[in-house]
Amino acid sequence: MSTMFSKIVRMREFFILGLVIICVVLMSFLSPAFLNPVNISALFLAMSVNMIVAVGMTVLMVFGSFDLSVGSVVELSGVVTALLILSGLPIAVAILAGVMSGALIGWLNGIIVAKIGVNPFMTTLAMMTLVQGLVLIISGGNDVSGLPQAFANVGTGRFLGIESSIWIMLLVTLIGDFLLRRAKFFRQYYYIGGNEKAAGLSGINVSKLVIIAFVLQGAFAALAGILLASRMADASLSSGANIALPVIAGVVIGGASLKGGEGTVIGAFLGIFLMTMIVNALNLLGVSVNWQSAVTGLVLFVAIIVDALMRRKEA
Amino acid sequence: MIALKVDGVSKFFPGVHALDRVDFVLEEGKVHGLVGENGAGKSTLFNILAGVYRPDGGSIEVRGQQVAFSSRHDAMLHGISAVFQELSLSPNLSVAENIFANRQPTNRLGVVNKRSLQELSAEESKKFGSEVRPRDLVRSLSISDQQTVEIMKALSGDPYILLLDEPTSSLTKNRVDQLFENIRKCKEAGRAVIYVSHNLWEVFAICDVITVLKDGQIVATVNKEDTNEEKVAAMMVGRELGNIYGVRDNLPRNQTALKVSGLTGEKFKDITFDMHKGEILGLYGLAGAGRTELARAIFGAEPLTAGELELDGKRVQVRSPRQAIEAGLGYLTEDRRVDGLFLQDSIRNNLVAVKVGDFFPKSILKLRDFKLMKETANNLVRQYNVATNTIERKVGKLSGGNQQKVLMARWLRIKPRVFFCDEPTRGVDVGSKSEIYSYIRELAKEGAAVLLISSDLREIIGLSDRVLVMFKGKIAGELRGEEKSEENIIMYAMGLLNRKGGRDVDNVQ
Repeated sequence: MSTMFSKIVRMREFFILGLVIICVVLMSFLSPAFLNPVNISALFLAMSVNMIVAVGMTVLMVFGSFDLSVGSVVELSGVVTALLILSGLPIAVAILAGVMSGALIGWLNGIIVAKIGVNPFMTTLAMMTLVQGLVLIISGGNDVSGLPQAFANVGTGRFLGIESSIWIMLLVTLIGDFLLRRAKFFRQYYYIGGNEKAAGLSGINVSKLVIIAFVLQGAFAALAGILLASRMADASLSSGANIALPVIAGVVIGGASLKGGEGTVIGAFLGIFLMTMIVNALNLLGVSVNWQSAVTGLVLFVAIIVDALMRRKEA
Repeated sequence: MIALKVDGVSKFFPGVHALDRVDFVLEEGKVHGLVGENGAGKSTLFNILAGVYRPDGGSIEVRGQQVAFSSRHDAMLHGISAVFQELSLSPNLSVAENIFANRQPTNRLGVVNKRSLQELSAEESKKFGSEVRPRDLVRSLSISDQQTVEIMKALSGDPYILLLDEPTSSLTKNRVDQLFENIRKCKEAGRAVIYVSHNLWEVFAICDVITVLKDGQIVATVNKEDTNEEKVAAMMVGRELGNIYGVRDNLPRNQTALKVSGLTGEKFKDITFDMHKGEILGLYGLAGAGRTELARAIFGAEPLTAGELELDGKRVQVRSPRQAIEAGLGYLTEDRRVDGLFLQDSIRNNLVAVKVGDFFPKSILKLRDFKLMKETANNLVRQYNVATNTIERKVGKLSGGNQQKVLMARWLRIKPRVFFCDEPTRGVDVGSKSEIYSYIRELAKEGAAVLLISSDLREIIGLSDRVLVMFKGKIAGELRGEEKSEENIIMYAMGLLNRKGGRDVDNVQ
């Protein structure tokens, strides 16, 4: 095998892309509705929230960290934005405030992890619970509904026939992937993930970068939350309940490792696409909802076991 | 009676002959000191006797019976108890549970009998003369008391042979006396003790027989009465230097590059010295003397509590490695695997890790210039003779010598004006060693000031223009020209000599 070819084959994205293609081909035979533009569009829409969160999560995982509080931030930003709109603030200002609320939560996470030295698991777990509580307090325990059509258009308006949520997801994915591959600022995260001590001694400002990554994660989660609230025309109190772990799983399927040092946004995109597609396919095939979780879990196992075997061979 | 007999024991580690056919006899009722420089083989021999390492050749007899330990546990079954430099206590368990870690008294159902555990432990404390209480959690004890517990743990099984590796490293003066008292009791009871230490006074205070190791071989075994500290120190060194260190030229070295005054940190106090342009300044000290901590603090990697830095006559503040690098400093770390290399990353990415911004010049987004990065990495690999067919290889897959060359090249690329080299050749083959020496000399020749920190005396003497010696966080001596002999350096490093020329009597805390 030529080195170029073997290198491409060893790339994580290639493996996961192969898996995606196999599933797509399989599905196109099994269900004629699968490749229907309406279904494809629904699939992308279904993954948009998780994918926008995953852009921030990929950066965190590249340096060996992660954030469990993203789900709570998705709810918080939706509720904050919705309440501000209902209070009469211009929509743009309310959205900005919603994003800021997420960035602030991220900043707190970052400070506690980087400056106080608490591990990200405990920090973001506590933050997840705290923010959940905050959401209940400021919303009074009820979903915020009755939002104006103009706000609904933010996430559902169409451009070239495709919904804006999808455009935004594709945009942050492409820009995020490019910057994480090429920009000096983001390349530094790979050094931190590879060896944090060595990175510091090489002149990389580790704590500053860690804080910024958490702020970005907060902002991305908030953006996702606002788009979700806009699409539903309702800021739901349980919208973020099941986000953090699927996102982390998707990013890992896409090539990141919990130890840090590797991972790409395109990989995360493929990982999350695969997971979303499985659910979509099971729905189309009429498989009982009760089976979805078990099948998703199995696919996860296949992905990580094949990867572990490939790594072992490499070592 | 002979307690232990070691016959022609050897031990190899990758690239190192750590023990070379060592013969050694330990008698009952004797305390046997084992001394040598860092890396002489003391710890290797110690670990073989304790059952941690298995020898690659030779035989060991305990009480005339041939043994081959397969584990620590196996050695313990033969009555060999050991106190290692690293504490092996469980901080969240009580003193009693730690002392009786592997033989807690139980009833027939295997349930630990707490009361009898406490009683046994209290007995041990009393016998030892210690005041630590059985119920106290180990983590609540001072480090000195923790080490005492470690020693009590080793003594509690009434071992036939007791092995001690630097047992006093964190003991206070009273605790040292207490330990010596207990060692004497062991002696009187006909036990045998091996005492490994850097500290020659201690060795002379407690040992009956002293064996000197050097480069994995035994130089001599002598009775304490027939020798003295100076003679033993001379035996610990003593070998001709090769010429792998290159030749010093006679250019003047009188322009100050870095002036360090009154630096104080956690592990060192009131350090003042100058580094000159074009000069290689050696810095020697035994483990715990504070040399690495000092270099890291100047480089901004550890906090300073007092002191000033002047670079080229201008005061500078260095609060982080980042600022240090910007000011023109460089620091090759002591342990490349721990805080030097990104082992899972490519040679390319490792080479460009310092001032990585040089390779991201494009637009305000600072995008990567991949061609420049590859070109530079390829040139560095060629220039510093890193043996690899591609710069995309994982650095962790290179040999120790090549890894070290990658690390060296990373720093030399940015041409630091002041360069701290911490153990630049540890675990490196001789060929790479001499190359690394030539790179250090070259850098100095170009006008940089180099601080060479090393445990290898020959390296220090062979390369340095001047040598500073640290002892317990202070600079004990500065040696030039003919003064920088191995004997002299060792004497300063052990606190036997100090700057004022006298003996340092305040050597034990």
